[in-house]
Amino acid sequence: MIVQTILFYVFAAIAVASGVLVVSARNPVHSVLFLILAFFNAAGLFVLIGAEFLAMILVIVYVGAVAVLFLFVVMMLDIDFAELRSGFVRYLPIGSAIGVVLLAELVFLFLSWVGTPTGSSAPIGSATGGLALSNTRALGDLLYTRYLFAFQVAGLILLVAMIGAIVLTLRHRADVRRQSIAAQLARTRTQSVEVIKVPVGSGSR
Amino acid sequence: MTIGLAHYLTVAAILFTLGIFGIFLNRKNVIIMLMSIELMLLAVSINFVAFSVFLNNLVGQAFAMFVLTVAAAEAAIMPMAPGTGIRRSA
Repeated sequence: MIVQTILFYVFAAIAVASGVLVVSARNPVHSVLFLILAFFNAAGLFVLIGAEFLAMILVIVYVGAVAVLFLFVVMMLDIDFAELRSGFVRYLPIGSAIGVVLLAELVFLFLSWVGTPTGSSAPIGSATGGLALSNTRALGDLLYTRYLFAFQVAGLILLVAMIGAIVLTLRHRADVRRQSIAAQLARTRTQSVEVIKVPVGSGSR
Repeated sequence: MTIGLAHYLTVAAILFTLGIFGIFLNRKNVIIMLMSIELMLLAVSINFVAFSVFLNNLVGQAFAMFVLTVAAAEAAIMPMAPGTGIRRSA
């Protein structure tokens, strides 16, 4: 139990610290790298609490795909760092005011809620919903039966995102000659071959 | 001392606040605003998972997965938004 406590505080501290550095790093590439670190530590928290499948999803999908996509985007753009930082000081007061107010609200909420009987004294349940299954198996049982429709809708959302990204970035350039397969296949012999009778001695035209 | 639900909720609350703070702080940089939104969605899924485990109900983890799905779709589509500059250069 003491090891779990120490691990929780290590993971939580690194996650929060990298969250601070995500929003305050001077270089956007560093922001993405700290975001990846935050995701790794959140995955550690998930493993600690017993949600192994979501932890693996977080590492594979988030770190492997989403964060690396952000890294590509940041590195593809030529970013003027000085221009980006110009509004930093101007937005600092309003941003920190809103952040402090929101955090204070959440702290008040916790302080009023922890004292109640259902608060922090709740026992740690198993992550499998009380069944003697592994976390992944239990999650699959739930996801493919009761939440099958939501699961299909999630797949549809991903399909729409993929098509949308393609539509937004696709453009036909006028100065590039492209192959028109339909025009090629629609050609007949009479359109493309011409037989010319050439009289002797006159040469071809 | 044992780690309870309130500990996980505190971490999630701090991460969520950091996300909102980052949106206000980086008004000029759309990419960092997107990363702040990802941070907020991460905080929401931490909340889902923590409640799922401590209330002994697996539905929270299923919905945390849906949150991650929507976040992935958003991360795929949002860099094409005007202001990031990717459509001009690509």
